[in-house]
This record gives sequence, C-alpha cells and structure tokens, in this order.
Amino acid sequence: MHRRLHGRAGYRKVAGVTVAAALGLAAVAACSSSSTTSASTASDTGHVTVGGFCAPPSSSPVPYREWNEDVATFEKANPNITIQSIYSAQCDVPATLTAQLAAGTEPDVYETYFGDLNQALDAGQAADITQYVNSTTVPVWKDIVPSAIAPVTAGKTLYGIPIFNYTQGLVINRQLFTQAGLNPNTPPTTWAQVETDATAITKLGNGIYGYGDYSADNNGGWHFTSELDANGGAMTNAAGTTASFDTTQGMQVLDALHTLRFTDKAMSPTEALGWGTLQKQMAAGKLGMYIAAPDDIYQVIVPIDGGNVNDYGMGPLPSVSGTPAGTLSGGDAYLFAKRDTPAQIEAGIKWINFQDLTLGQGQYNLARNKADGIPVGFYEPQMFQGATGTAYTALLNKYTTINESYYSTFVNANETPDGQPADDQALYKTLDPVMLAVLTNPNANMSQLLKGATSAVNEILANSSGG
Amino acid sequence: MSSPHSLTPRLRRNLSAYGFLIGGVVCFALFSWYPMVREIIMSFQKTQLGVTSWAGLVNYRRIFNDPTFWTAWRNTLEFTLLALIFGFAVPFFVAILLNELRHAKGYLRCLVYLPVMLPPASALLLFAYFYDPTYGLFNDILHTLHLPTSQWVLSSGTRWPTAAMISVVIAATWMNMGGATLIYLAALQNIPGELYEAAELDGAGIVKKIRHITIPQTKLVLSMLLLLQIIATMQMFVEAFILDGGQGVNNNTESVVYLIYQYAFAMSSASNFNSAAALGVVLLVVLAAFSGGYVWLTRTRDR
Repeated sequence: MHRRLHGRAGYRKVAGVTVAAALGLAAVAACSSSSTTSASTASDTGHVTVGGFCAPPSSSPVPYREWNEDVATFEKANPNITIQSIYSAQCDVPATLTAQLAAGTEPDVYETYFGDLNQALDAGQAADITQYVNSTTVPVWKDIVPSAIAPVTAGKTLYGIPIFNYTQGLVINRQLFTQAGLNPNTPPTTWAQVETDATAITKLGNGIYGYGDYSADNNGGWHFTSELDANGGAMTNAAGTTASFDTTQGMQVLDALHTLRFTDKAMSPTEALGWGTLQKQMAAGKLGMYIAAPDDIYQVIVPIDGGNVNDYGMGPLPSVSGTPAGTLSGGDAYLFAKRDTPAQIEAGIKWINFQDLTLGQGQYNLARNKADGIPVGFYEPQMFQGATGTAYTALLNKYTTINESYYSTFVNANETPDGQPADDQALYKTLDPVMLAVLTNPNANMSQLLKGATSAVNEILANSSGG
Repeated sequence: MSSPHSLTPRLRRNLSAYGFLIGGVVCFALFSWYPMVREIIMSFQKTQLGVTSWAGLVNYRRIFNDPTFWTAWRNTLEFTLLALIFGFAVPFFVAILLNELRHAKGYLRCLVYLPVMLPPASALLLFAYFYDPTYGLFNDILHTLHLPTSQWVLSSGTRWPTAAMISVVIAATWMNMGGATLIYLAALQNIPGELYEAAELDGAGIVKKIRHITIPQTKLVLSMLLLLQIIATMQMFVEAFILDGGQGVNNNTESVVYLIYQYAFAMSSASNFNSAAALGVVLLVVLAAFSGGYVWLTRTRDR
C-alpha cells in the first residue's frame, strides 16, 4: 500500500517534470519561432525551394491571379523547384530590410531598391552570382541597359539581377484638369504653373486638392531629391562625400512646396504622408497632381486603388525653368542571400528570367495584360537596348491600350536620369523632417532646415563605408 | 551536512520545481538576458565592412554629440510627465467612480477595459483618423462647435507642453488606462467597508474619504503602478511612430527609443547598431538607477 502510494507519487513527480520541461521547451519554441524565417533548403532529392519574390497582393486581384498562374506554369515546367512569394504592394521597406540584413533573416532572394547593394555587402548578406548569369540563364542579359546593371555590380562582381527601372514625372488627374477649366494635354512644367493649376483645381472644393507630396517613410526625401535634380541641383557633390542641397535650387523646391501649402492652400492639411497615400487620393479623384513614375498608374492607382486609366496623364517633373535638368532614377533588383545553396541561386535566376526578363512572359506578357484589362503601353520600364529593346518596343506597340498622347509631354521631355545619391535611403530619411516641417509649419525656417539637414547628411557621408 | 546523500533527496524534492522553472529561465536567458549582455558589449564595439572591433567610447561620444540626443530626452521626459498626470490620475478616479457606481458596473468595467484588448497599432491608427486635420473626427467636432481646429500630432508649436505631445498622450492614455483601472479597482475592493462606514459616522465627505482612507489603503498598489508606468512611458515609441512617423514636426515627438530605432534601422546604409546599443545602455542605466532609487526610497519609508 505504502509502496504503491510512493510509486504513484514518484510517477506523478516524473510526469510533472516531463510536462514542465515540455512546456518549457514549447515556450522556447514558441518564442523562437517568431524570430526565424522559414528555412528553405535543397533536400537530397534535388528538390529546391526558393523564396522572397515580390508578388502582387490579393487586394490587386488581376495581377495576383496572373502571378499565381505564372508560378503554376513555372513549377509545372520545373517540378523540382518551389517558388515562395511575398504578396505585398511594397516588398522593400528600407528599415525592415536593414533589420533583416543585420539579423541575416532576409529571404533567399530579396527585392531591393537600386542603391541597397552597399548595405547588403556591409552586412555580408549578398551572394556573388557572377558565375550563374550568362547568355543561357538570362538570354537578354547583354541587352539590359548599363544603368540597371551598375546598381547590382561592385567592381567586376555581380550580386543581383535588375527587374525594373524608372524616372519620375508629374502625374495629373485629367478629369480634374478639365473640370477646373484647364487643358489636360498641357500639364504644367514650371512650379509657377503648378501653383496656378493646383489653385484652380483646389477651388473645385469637395475635399479636392490640387497638389500632393510625401513627407514620411523616406518618401519625402526621395521626392525632394527628384525635385532638386529637376531644378539642376544635386544632393551631394560628385564624389558623394558632402551634401550640396543647401543651395538656391534646394530653397526653390521648399519655397514652391511651402507656397502651395500655405499661400495657395492647394495642398491638404493632412501631411506626413508616405507611399501609397497619394495614389489612393488620385484614384478617388481627390488629388490633381503629384510626382511619380508611370508604374504608379498601372501597378497601383488602377489595379489596387480602382482608378480609371483614362483619367490620368503625365508631364515632366516640375522645375523653376520649365525644362527639368534631370530626375532621380532608380529601380528594383533581386539580391541573393549569402547562405543560398548553388541550387537555390540557379532556381532563383531561372524564375527571375521567366517572370521578369523574358518578353511575352510574366511581367512582359502584354497580350495577357491587355486581355485582363491591365493598362498596357507605358513608357517605362525601359530595361532593354539593342535587339531586345527593339523587340520590346514592337511588343509594346502591338498591345498598347492606353492613350499615349496623355503621356507625350513626359516622354518628350526625355529627362536625364541622375540615378540616386550615395547612401540614398539614409539621405531621404534625413530630408523627411524637412519636407514635413515645410508642409505643416506655416512659419518654417527653410534655410535653417536645409542647414540642419546638411550637417546631418555630412555626418552620414563622413561615417559611411559605402559612399 | 552537505554530504552527497542529502543532495539527492533535496534535488529530487525540487525536481518538478526546476522543471517548471526551466522554461522561464531558458526563455529569459535567451531572449532577455543574453541580448542585454550583447547590447552592452556591442555598445563598445564598431563594425565596418562586416568586421567587428573594440571601439572604446566612440559610440557614446557619437550619441552625446547628436543634436537630437537632448531633444529626444526632453521629449521622453515630457511624455512621461504628461502620461503620468493623465495616465496615473485618470484611471485612479475612473476606478473610484466605478467602485461607487451601483448600476451597470460590469458593463462599464468592460467598456473601460475594451481599449486594452485592441492591439496598440489598431488603437493608434484609430486615433490617427481622429486626429486627421482634414477629415478627422476631432476637427469635425471642433468645426461644428465653431471652435478653432488643430493640427494635432502634426502641430509645429514647440512651446511646452506641445499640442503634438498632448495628442500623443491622450491616445496613449486611452489605450492603456483599462489595465491600471482594473488593478486600482481590485485594490479599492480590498478596502474594508467598515473604514468608510466609520469615516461617514465621523462626518467625512468624499474628498476626505479618498484622502484618508482610499489613498493610504491603496498606497502599495499606487506606488507599484507608478514605477511600472514610468518605466513603460520612458520607453515611448509606438505611439508617436504610428501617429506621426516618430519624429513629428520639428522633432517635437521624437523619443529616446525612436532615436535608438533610427540609429539601428531607419538610416539604412548609414545604420549603426553599435550607436543604437550605446543609447540603449544609457536608457537602461537611467531606468535602472531610477527604479533602484525608487524602490530604496519607498522601502525606507515603509519601515
């Protein structure tokens, strides 16, 4: 009896310890599972899973369906490869990428902006893919414009594959232009004209504002850079060692924005806006003009925010002179995590080639885009030259659905692409508060703001290993 | 006495305790203590091109020379002070009110606690809509009442207390007061009713009852919550981050933790984990010193 009781107690104790330890381990597992990413590995059977590709979100149903069709087609043709997608309208959020790179938790293949390579190299997270890219794996490689190859190359080593490039102009809402008695075929080119037109559009009332701009999430500084380039300025000197925006051109940008906001009252009192907000306002018919690349229209305003493609057009970037001296230019590229197996790199390149760099397929399946009602015929991306460039133009002409004349003043301006400044995202981030102050503070001291940002940028550039 | 024979039964006796302990200890060690030690080490290092080396006080010098360093501390203290005035007093009086109510007690208790159940990001996004200068609820109300409207979190004024910071504090108080209210309520319900009866017989009014009975009787809970609240509010981050991006106009909502975030992540290629770690250590030291001092002070008074 006694023994049996003792036995029971012993059993209970052991069971208790086991349960407690199991709970403990489960807790550890629960804690740790949030901090690790899904490991994608090549198994012994030769099957390879590779992930991180930036896919349209489900809120954008048509592109979302097209993407999934493409993945299915690709996986059927390559049964040993599984593609993992990140369904998001914005896959590269700079602060998130920085955190991922530092922790080594970035996806196997990760989307970056042109300009992110130095950071990935600093973090030791960019794999050398030089030996994997050739005329067999990426047939159009030799025809990709050099300005898109440069951002993924360091010395002679290739670290990524560009998939998209852009320059910026002034997106206009043609319908609001017409309603305000303006000619939508001649978008404004000077800041003075932007003011006049924006004022006229704002007078329509009903919560409509003539002009909008960003001042958060690095987008404020990003647009400031483009607006500065258009005025003939530059964020840094040619060597990228000191700031050079505390100039007349820089002041002209801030002056124009401050006047639009507080003198003309042609900008909304709601500021601190980041990417994604102005597109919604444009689609809702509440915004007359804002600065963007053409893809905002066919990738965001129309498919995600439900705008009507015929309501929009584009002019060149506004400037003081009316002829933009240049524009910020950039794009997206895939980099490969250092931990990737050769099989993953090969599979990743195979997918990128299929989806992003083959005319008639994936993003260039213009026949399907046309059939699915996605607007076709935009001037950008302009990724190819030579034979591929010619073939692309022919393809574009064959399937164009948009009214190209709505974009003619933007295309004819043929803006000089200035690329991006050294440490671009850090600089954009530093200029965000400047833009925010100019757009929210009626008494903003603009020269003091530029001086403060200049010393902050100089500090960044002095400490930068990449710049 | 400490022969190996006596160790075994004791170990056996405490085995399940250790078993239960292990989960917590491992979790704390892995996710709390180890990062803390790492942070202190990192704050004295520098990393260039993937190579880490000792850097002495370079990171500390950098953060102290940052012109926004003192701004961030001033803002953080401003938030802490305002959040205490609102976040400490409001729940206390709401709890007293709830305790005095005879009807709909459960319903109101639930209502007060409801905001705590919202994820902070959702609660703050709600307030972001309330504060919107163009379409926001608050400006709509002010407009209807023919009162001057405000830019709320995007106000550019720098005179203390700034409208921007007050807006942040209002949102934070609404979000967090439920938890504190419930704890106060529990403490209030532990006060024996006879004390109030005796006070009433002596002719004490509501103010006197609060001063001489309620506050002394809930002193322990009050002082504990004060400490916890100061530690929590000094780590202000998500409130301003969601409402105005973190910095606000003229840096007037930039907090110390936001500055840490900025050093670590927001500056992309110019990010510097070591400087972020240094600032984290400074915050840790300040909070530890404060907590230590506070605990010591309250202890001596209890004696």
